[in-house]
Order: sequence, then C-alpha cells, then structure tokens
Amino acid sequence: MTRDLRVQTCYALLLVAFLTASILLVRQVDRVRSDDPLQEVLYIPSPKVVNRMSLGYSGLLADIYWTRVVQYFGSKHKAKARQYLLLEPLLDMTTTLDPKLLPAYDFGSIFLAQKPPEGAGDPLAAARLVEKGIRENPQAWRLYYDLGYIYWLELKDSAKASDAFERGSKVPGAHPWMRVMAAALAAHAGETETAVYMWTNILNSSEDPELRKNAMNRLLCLRVDSDIKILQDRVDQFTTQNGRFPSGWQEVISDGLLRRVPLDPRSNPYQLVGGHVQVAQPDLFPFITRGLPPGREAGDLPGEPGFKITKTQQ
Amino acid sequence: MIGRLSAIAYNTYREAVRDRVLYNLILFALLIVGASVLFGQISLDINRIVLINLGLTAISMFGIVIAIFIGIGLVSKEIEKRTLYTVLAARPVRRWEFIAGKFLGLVMTLTVNALLMSVGFFAAVLYVSHRLGLGDLQLLTAIYFILLEFILITALALLFSTFSTPIFSSIFAFAIFAVGTFAEDLRGFARMADGLTRWVMTGAAYLVPNFAALNVISQVAHDVKIEPRLILLNTLYVFVYTGAVLTASVWIFERRNLK
Repeated sequence: MTRDLRVQTCYALLLVAFLTASILLVRQVDRVRSDDPLQEVLYIPSPKVVNRMSLGYSGLLADIYWTRVVQYFGSKHKAKARQYLLLEPLLDMTTTLDPKLLPAYDFGSIFLAQKPPEGAGDPLAAARLVEKGIRENPQAWRLYYDLGYIYWLELKDSAKASDAFERGSKVPGAHPWMRVMAAALAAHAGETETAVYMWTNILNSSEDPELRKNAMNRLLCLRVDSDIKILQDRVDQFTTQNGRFPSGWQEVISDGLLRRVPLDPRSNPYQLVGGHVQVAQPDLFPFITRGLPPGREAGDLPGEPGFKITKTQQ
Repeated sequence: MIGRLSAIAYNTYREAVRDRVLYNLILFALLIVGASVLFGQISLDINRIVLINLGLTAISMFGIVIAIFIGIGLVSKEIEKRTLYTVLAARPVRRWEFIAGKFLGLVMTLTVNALLMSVGFFAAVLYVSHRLGLGDLQLLTAIYFILLEFILITALALLFSTFSTPIFSSIFAFAIFAVGTFAEDLRGFARMADGLTRWVMTGAAYLVPNFAALNVISQVAHDVKIEPRLILLNTLYVFVYTGAVLTASVWIFERRNLK
C-alpha cells in the first residue's frame, strides 16, 4: 500500500466514523425532542399574515404546510391520539396560501371528520373546510361530493347532504350518480338502501384496491346492520309471545320465527345475549351501528390499519 | 503544531476583525435588538417574548451571514491572492493545519461577535424586565446553541471554500443551512416513504446538518425548560459533525493541485 493510499484510506475511515457518530447522535437528539411541548403551538396563527410574509412564494409555502399537515396527522394517528389541536389551523393555513390545492380539502376533510383515533372527530370543521374549497373552486365536483358525504354520514343531515350532491351534480363533468345520490337522499333520508347503493357504486367504479376493500368492508357492515334489525324484530316478537327473552336461537327456531341459526357475513353465528342480538367479533365489522356489545359505541372499533379513505379518487 | 495552529488562527481572527463589513453587520444586529424593545412596546403583553424572539434571531441570522461570508473566502481568497503558496511552501505548515487554523480563527471571531451581541441583548432584556433572574439562564442556553450553529456553518463554508468559488460557496452554504433547518421534517417525510425511497430519503435526512435541534429560541421565549441531555447531545453532535466536515475539507484540500 502506497503512502498516498494509506492517507486516503485514513481520511475515508475518519469521515465514515464521524458521520456514523453524528447519525447516532441525531437519533438521540430526536428522542429528547420528540415530546417537545411546543409542537402543539402554531407560531403564526394567521394565514393572512403568513400569506403576506411568503413574498409571493405562497404556492411553495402551501406545499410545505400541506406536508406538515400530513406529517402531523400521520404522527398523531400512529400514536392513536384523541386530540388533533393543530389540524384545522394548519389546513386553514394551507388552503389560504393555495386555495386551489384540492387534495388539502379532499383529504383534509377526511382527517378532520373521522372519529378519534382515526381522525379529529370534528365533522363541522370538515364541512367548513370543504365549503371554503367550494367557494374557491366551484367547478370541482368532488368537493360537493365530500360535503355531501360529511353531512350524510358524519352529521346525519340528509337534507344538507342531498343539497350538496344536487349542487355538485350540476357541475360540468360531475359523476352521473351524484344526481342519483341527491335524489335517493332526498327520498329515503338516511336509509340503509341509499348507503348500499353508494358503496356499491364506489366498489364498481373504483380501481384502487384500498378503496375497493374499504367499500366491501362498508357493504358487509351495512349487511350486518340490516341483519341485526331483522333478527332483533324476531327476538322481540318471541319476547312478546312468551313473556320472556329467548335463552338461545333454538327457541326462536322452534317457535317458527327463524329457519336456522343466523350467520354474519364472516360466517360467525350472531350472538343472543339477554334478548339482544350481537355480532360475535365486533372488530371484524368496524363500521356497524347495531349489534355492538354493551359499552361499545359505533366508531369505537379498531378498523383496518392506516386511515380509512372512504371516497372515490377519480 | 500548536504554535502553527494558533498562529494561523490568530491571523485569521485579526484579518476578520479588520473587515468593516463585520462591524456593519454587528451594528445592524444590535440595532435590531434595540428595535425589538420598541417593537415589543407596541405589541400587547408580549414585549419580552418579542424581544427574545427578535433579539436572538438577529444574533443567529447575522452570525450565520458573517460566518458564511467570511468562511467562503478563507481558502479561495488565499489562493486568489497567492498568499497560500507562501504559507504552505515557505513555512513548515501542513495543509490540515492550515484548514484547522483558519477554522479556529473564524470560530474565535464569531464567538467574540456573539459575545458582543449578547451583551447588547442582555442589556435590552434588563431594560424590559428591569432585572435579570435565574430564569434568564435559559437565554444563555439559546445563545450557546447559536454558537454551535456558527461552528457548524463555519465548517461547512470552509468545506465549500476548498473546492468552489466564493459565490457558489455562499449559495451552497446558505442552501445547506436552509435544508438543515428542515432536517427534522425531512426525517419525518422519510419515515412515511416506502422501499428504496425510504432508504434514500432517510440517508439524506441524516446526512444534512441538524440545524433544527439547535434552534430553541421560541422555547426559551416561552420559558420552556431545555433539557440538559439535549445540551449535551447537541454539543457532541456539533463536534462530531464538524469533525466530519473538516475531515472532508482537509481531504479535498490535500488533493488539490495548488501550483
């Protein structure tokens, strides 16, 4: 080995050693700073001030804020947080800096609307964000869809949902079933059939495997809701006829109210506990509103890993 | 060796303090510290917070500007003026000693500047708060971290100075400073990526200087305690990272044909 080569090797080794040590130290520093109490503080809370301070580079700043939204939501979601204090102001900041940034309204409304820990559990804030998006982008039909979805599924306001779908259906290029949704919601406010119609449409029109999986999951849950309603009617009928709760499905079958032990869509028998029909494994059906064990509310169940995207992405 | 190193460092310091631009920048920084007192008075109930934020930001920003503008010329100016040949050929000075001496000289200059600006800053804090208490020791931590920032940026400016022109060196140095302030965000983005992108992004995110952890101005303005462990880790980090940058500088400088 020549002297020059030895010197070069020494420098290379020294550089690698220093850099490795610096990486290890950064990891330690990150650990110390991970619970920084000021992370939940927005230093400049006014979007208008930030807009002026951007010196015209508001597009880039909006992109930076949007990535911060995604990062903030991702870290909170991973930690199963119950509060997302900065989410709404960060989204407001992003969409003020770039009012045409449609993904910020689209995904931001999902982040805001879903119940904790899946999201901030603030559907009103989600509706406000999408309304702002519609004001800035009246030709984006998907935003009307987002709004209709929030009013219908999260705020249970079928009239406003129908209105949003109706307004969106008039936008050139809007998906044809926006009009169908508007009509269906106006006619059958909140009925399961409408939900089945909507999720079937999503399942058939989307090519995204995650969306299709989610739509299928939703449809199975709707079937469970429908099954539970019918089965509970039969059990109530038995209770009225006999003056007591049935001790099991066999008694209901013996009375001719059912033909066989009912199974859920995952082939597990439904449970009969104290006159109430329940699913055997509620974790398999994260969106059901009926048949939950006592003490558990709809939306409390752990769903699929990652946040649930519940809208078409065309 | 020590003698040669200190001679180069002292000469670098002497040369830097002769620069009139340096005094203008210090004066400007002190003016901003003074202005923050006035600015604080027209804001509602946050005059001390404004003073700390604006004052420490001025010290940091002007120090960074001084570090970059002097640092980028340390080697290239010597080559341009042909004084480097005299130093390296006529005297028994090794190339690594030249780089290390220049670095130490500039760090010395910046430390003196930071001390001057800090005196002005503490005078302003005393004027606003009417007294200095134990709680104000936190401000010293912030100033210490600013000094660590100066050390890092000086090493980086010197590195660019060994292979590039002053204009490009200043662009590179400012760019890497800007990227370094987003280092934590970069690591966050990397965690969200998958596959090869994740590896590449993680590598890049860990290699950029971690300026983000050195800025605790907002925390001290809100009296949030800085953990002693962070002080220790940041100190070690800056020394290790500076070691890496100086090694790279010397390596490049050793390979340069100066004839």
